[in-house]
Amino acid sequence: MPLLIEAIISLLLIAGGIFVFIGSLGMAHLRDFYMRLHGPTKATTLGIGCMLIASMAYFWSVDGKPDIQEMLITLFLFITAPVSAHLLAKTGLHLQLPHTDTTGGKPFELRDEEVGDKPVPHPDKGHG
Amino acid sequence: MITPRSWLPTPVLSILLLVVWLLLARSYAFGQFVLGGALAVLIPLLTYRFWDAKPSIKKPFKLLRYGLRVLGDIVTANFEVAYLISNPWRTLKPHFIEYPLMLEERFTITLLASTISLTPGTVSANLRMDGKSLLIHALNVDDEDALIEQIRERYERPLKEIYEC
Repeated sequence: MPLLIEAIISLLLIAGGIFVFIGSLGMAHLRDFYMRLHGPTKATTLGIGCMLIASMAYFWSVDGKPDIQEMLITLFLFITAPVSAHLLAKTGLHLQLPHTDTTGGKPFELRDEEVGDKPVPHPDKGHG
Repeated sequence: MITPRSWLPTPVLSILLLVVWLLLARSYAFGQFVLGGALAVLIPLLTYRFWDAKPSIKKPFKLLRYGLRVLGDIVTANFEVAYLISNPWRTLKPHFIEYPLMLEERFTITLLASTISLTPGTVSANLRMDGKSLLIHALNVDDEDALIEQIRERYERPLKEIYEC
């Protein structure tokens, strides 16, 4: 394997490791639930992306043919990460988890505001 | 609206499933085609009730540009959040923001909410049932209105142009 490719792969692996580590660090030590959500949704996506690109490059140079399975993993990650973050945040609001005093704005009480003026009907069968 | 009686309710989804199956199996043998094809027909049949009709793409070229912009923003978002987390002298100002939505279709709102969660310092937290506003939690905000304006110009307007206008 050429030295240049080897260097790039190692760099990507190290960068990926650092990003994932920082993401986990954020999850461990930020002040409240909502802030902790930011670490895993962002820093981790890029970290895992770096590692997958490194893996793709490695097997390309070893096997001699490109392989796009890793791209699929990245795609799944990009689709699922925001959805799970949204659901977690929503659950947090629902359980009225405390947030730090420095938080600006206020999360409205879910019960009243969740419903809004009138619910959007489902295109197929209306809302309940 | 998706017509429920057809045996192939969502053709695009079926093709996508088949392609993903073949890529995951890493072989293009006849058997894989049969198995993947069977799954591509069965899975949409079992799940079509959950799917909304996907609005048609009016400007495919702009969609591509939007995708590239979001990819770029994901990279900068990661650097930004990594810096915010790892800087020990930081004073974070987290903020809940109510974002008034301009979009009306459920599918495009989903796209916008996902984009918001993946890009700089924001996570979408709750969509009101009347579909008129989105609650966003931001990690570090100096100017609330500037952030709303940024999301509006950078993501929502292109999405509206691509799908709804």
